[in-house]
Amino acid sequence: MARHLVGRILQTLLSMLVVISIVFVLTRMSGNPIQLLLDVNATERDQQILTHYLGLDQPMPVQYAIYVKNIFLGDFGKSILTRRPVVEHIWERLPATAELGLVAMAMSVLIGVPLGMYSAVHRGTALDTGARIFAVLGQSMPAFWLGLMLILLFGVVLGVLPAGGRGGALNLILPAFTLGYFTSAAILRLTRSAMLEVLGSDYIKFARLKGLSEQVVLWKHGLKNALLPVVTFAVMLFVQFLGGAVVTETVFAWPGLGRLILESITTRDYPIVQAGVLVLSALYLTGNLCVDVLYSYLNPRIRHARA
Amino acid sequence: MLGRNLPWFSGAVLVALVLCAVFAAVLAPQSPTEGDITAKLIPPIWMERGDPAHPLGTDRFGRDVLSRIIYGSRISLLVSLIAIGVAGTFGTLLGLISGYRGGVTDALLMRLTDIGLSLPTILIAVVLVAVSEPSFRNVILITALLLWPRFARQVRGETLAIKEQDFVALAVVAGRSSAWIIRRHIFPNVVPTLLVISTLQVGYVILLEGTLSFLGVGVPPPNPAWGLMIADGRGFLATAWWISLFPGLAMLLTVLAVNLLGDWLRDHLDPKLRQLGGRATTLESADAVPVGAAGVPARGAAAASNIAADGS
Repeated sequence: MARHLVGRILQTLLSMLVVISIVFVLTRMSGNPIQLLLDVNATERDQQILTHYLGLDQPMPVQYAIYVKNIFLGDFGKSILTRRPVVEHIWERLPATAELGLVAMAMSVLIGVPLGMYSAVHRGTALDTGARIFAVLGQSMPAFWLGLMLILLFGVVLGVLPAGGRGGALNLILPAFTLGYFTSAAILRLTRSAMLEVLGSDYIKFARLKGLSEQVVLWKHGLKNALLPVVTFAVMLFVQFLGGAVVTETVFAWPGLGRLILESITTRDYPIVQAGVLVLSALYLTGNLCVDVLYSYLNPRIRHARA
Repeated sequence: MLGRNLPWFSGAVLVALVLCAVFAAVLAPQSPTEGDITAKLIPPIWMERGDPAHPLGTDRFGRDVLSRIIYGSRISLLVSLIAIGVAGTFGTLLGLISGYRGGVTDALLMRLTDIGLSLPTILIAVVLVAVSEPSFRNVILITALLLWPRFARQVRGETLAIKEQDFVALAVVAGRSSAWIIRRHIFPNVVPTLLVISTLQVGYVILLEGTLSFLGVGVPPPNPAWGLMIADGRGFLATAWWISLFPGLAMLLTVLAVNLLGDWLRDHLDPKLRQLGGRATTLESADAVPVGAAGVPARGAAAASNIAADGS
């Protein structure tokens, strides 16, 4: 267990280093930042001073070391456009991304678990088929297109929900569903298959023989036992929201981190792009690490290995 | 009933798609890139101002939506075939070597694979393409770069199992070289699995390319990429919804067909994967895989990234 844990933490750190390196190489590929940072009227001398100040006259390995050091100190530099520290920009946008992610998470559980359970209990009925089609579609639907079609239907045609922007609870419904549809489809399938497995087991037959009411059998004996694989896997899927944020936030003009990254790509504000990608990747990798640790802890086969 | 007809549905959609891609020049009624600006924003044929020359309407430059969708199938197919070809070849090679050699080689290659699998795909792809200038070639290269670990991981697992078989031991005793054994004994046995993963990745690549193109960091305009067309119609949702709707439908149908075919192939070709998810119909058997795969955490993470497709 301890060995497994140390291994996983080391691997996460390595992955983070790979992301940092990719971003480092990209920033060096994307042209000389001096020209972007300085005024058009800057003299040769100004350029030299800034080059020296930023450490760009140092050999590459030294530059890389400085770069990594600054990241671990939380210093991402300043935005080229606004001249404000990049960290401020990130902090401004992070709450919106977190809000959207949490609501999408709740929504996909509230859709996926009951539908999956219903689908398993009423196997073979029209509603079961409907739920399964909902799930299969969810794994083939381009999220950006789904978002636009939801805007078209609920925003333009029916005019019942706002088409974009951040505001009240109503503004959250469409983007949260767009971000969460894929996950709710996956959760539905998982719940359904786990429930089917549990319902076929001996202890469910025994519970029924004991004369327990169907509700108690389903909810207490059934769902409780079916939920473990669903929960661990769902958490794993939620981490993926961090990647999907770029798409959903763009479609719904949601002022989050994903949209900030894309805007900064367009304006060539690379310090923000770097920091945004690093922050999202760090969250993503940490999330995956937590899931893995949680899973190994819950699973006795792994917990007791080499104990 | 639902399950049994699925291969036919998939087959029909995919044959139609390939025909569209190959015979685009014959099938498309208009040019995919040149439009008549005086004929812009014409609605589909069944609507009031519809024009028989443009069955699915025109976009803001007067380009024919149907023709662009037909030509767009080329982009989706080419990107996914080439990217999967490159990633599949590279990943399979590494997987075979890693699984057969074992030891330090295996440990190193698999750590590399784990790192590759743990990266947030969409995010990295967006930034990579954006900085390296959006182009057809870069989209393919970057997709392949992000995809190979999925092949390597699976092929390595298969190789480990096949390596223990008697016919491999006999070949070793007979003095055959490692390269010969891998080529003649191991690789042919990996092919069914390879076919299944490749098919399941096609849908993923089409969605990834669509997402990149939609965000403006994929295939550059005026190419008729489906993702680009959907992005084009964004500003016209209220007035000309058909610009975005139809290319999205084409993409949905294609990915759906490929995914169902992949599920079906997995159930019928690959006995090992079938054990994980063996149940009566296609839709159901796909359910069981994540549960089974989550049994081992390292593979669980891989399965998650396969299934989740980064929320795209």
